[in-house]
Amino acid sequence: MTLPPFLADLIWTYQNVIVALGVNGLLALAMYVVLAAGQLSLGQAAFMGLGAYSSALLSLRLQLPFTAVLPLSVVAPVGFALLVGGPTLRLSGVYLAIATIGLGEVLRAVYLNVDVLGGALGLSGIPEAAPIWLIYLILAVALLLLWRVGRSHIGRAMEAMRVDAAAAAAMGVDVRRYRLGVLLASAALAGLAGALSAHATDFIGPNDYGFEPAVTILSFALLGGIGSPFGPVLGAWVLTLLPELLRGFADVRLVLNGVVIVLAVLFLPRGLLAWRMRRIAA
Amino acid sequence: MLPQQLANGLLLGATYALFALGFTLMFGVLRVINLTYGFYFTLGAFLALWLTRAGVGLVLALPAAAVGSGLVAVGIDALLLTRLRRARADELSYLMVTLGAVLALYAGMAALLGPDIRRLPPGTIDEAAILLGPIRVTAAQLLILGACAVLVAALAALLRATRLGLGIRALAENPDAAALMGMATGRMAALVSFLSGALAGAAGVLIGLNFNAIHPYMGESMMLRGFVVVIAGGLGSVAGAIIAGLLLGIIEVLTAGYLSSGLKEAVAFAILVLVLWTRPQGLFGRSAAVRA
Repeated sequence: MTLPPFLADLIWTYQNVIVALGVNGLLALAMYVVLAAGQLSLGQAAFMGLGAYSSALLSLRLQLPFTAVLPLSVVAPVGFALLVGGPTLRLSGVYLAIATIGLGEVLRAVYLNVDVLGGALGLSGIPEAAPIWLIYLILAVALLLLWRVGRSHIGRAMEAMRVDAAAAAAMGVDVRRYRLGVLLASAALAGLAGALSAHATDFIGPNDYGFEPAVTILSFALLGGIGSPFGPVLGAWVLTLLPELLRGFADVRLVLNGVVIVLAVLFLPRGLLAWRMRRIAA
Repeated sequence: MLPQQLANGLLLGATYALFALGFTLMFGVLRVINLTYGFYFTLGAFLALWLTRAGVGLVLALPAAAVGSGLVAVGIDALLLTRLRRARADELSYLMVTLGAVLALYAGMAALLGPDIRRLPPGTIDEAAILLGPIRVTAAQLLILGACAVLVAALAALLRATRLGLGIRALAENPDAAALMGMATGRMAALVSFLSGALAGAAGVLIGLNFNAIHPYMGESMMLRGFVVVIAGGLGSVAGAIIAGLLLGIIEVLTAGYLSSGLKEAVAFAILVLVLWTRPQGLFGRSAAVRA
């Protein structure tokens, strides 16, 4: 692909930001999927880390090509989502939230203590096999899929669960199956995001997937609102660009993310983009 | 070797139990998973640090830090939770609000004070080991064990034997009925915030003293253990939290001693997953399954 020189320069200069926008968009969608069904999983950062570490090991140790690594990167996150989320499906929502925060904490300790995973130094020299266009292609496909699903009877069932799970169950929605489905979809999306970011930046470290990124991903979705999948992606872009554009914001980026969550829940429950999808008649 | 390991485990477990005490009180009474709890823990440690650096003795610094954290907790909880309570928001809204708030508070504190680890001035507490038969302990560890026992007894006495405790239990049982009986439920909730925050602050001072490492995110790094203790003990059960805390400490120390020290970090989470699969209501909780 040949680009005009000014565009090539622009992309080269801002490569990190462009990658971050795409990856954070995917993470925001991973959060959207669970929130749209009334669940709260705080494991997106942990699932991203599992995708990043497992894919990096497949590339570095087994030298597999990226076309094989990328689809395999969803295996570990989905497995852990089943292990941790499985028992919480019939419990109140706080159990899933707590178990998934805990997952991020314990994985950080595992990355730090296991030699194969690089310890405190992390893993470096990961082949830069994920081109920017691929990240945005996957983001576009995910957006389109979630948009179509959201407009179908599945989206209707998810919204019903979010408003009142008991009423939805009474209307014949298999609540536990939906909860499991959205959790696994979320883990898979976050795992892909992890593999893509690991193979776009060549380095991953044990502290990249802990408590702070987990909460940051929630702030993306709450700023954008969960009326449609576009809201969270917009939220991710605003919160990724703002610290880049305004120098003073870089120091207090995390404070800003936290405050966004507080204000969004208290005053703007429908988010910045308070726009609700029309559904196809059943 | 084994008696020393068990003693170490018990003392470590006492720190976990101490940390979880106010957290489980908050959930038991107000039905709120309040994640800002970790910040009050950090705050207590910092207040004690500043006071002891200014020359105040520990005897005075410890209660002062606890009261200070409690007062801050009342303010922050009122700001965050009152509106949700009035709107009868679901439990996930509380969780999200306090999660956002605690990130902002930790990050703000780290931005203002710097993220590095601080130590209490030397001589704040006698650091020499004390020999109890074959077992070596430090004064800080004994202080934690003692404080844990005193605070548990005081909390139990407050809840079981006073009019105030009766009110708190009524609020836990049914907030609407309590309000209809003429209780000032808002003031009662503020009192629970104060108690919970003060317990967090006291735990922060004692645990900061024991590990001699005080930094803005110290509450965050205790949180996983806190979750495990309150869930394994049964959400809202004070007795369960104490027993689960002590057990967790003993299991961690034995794992580190006999299996591998790297595994120690994963023990808490393994217990959490195991409890969720087999007995989600915890050792002492009521059934946690909800129909939906």
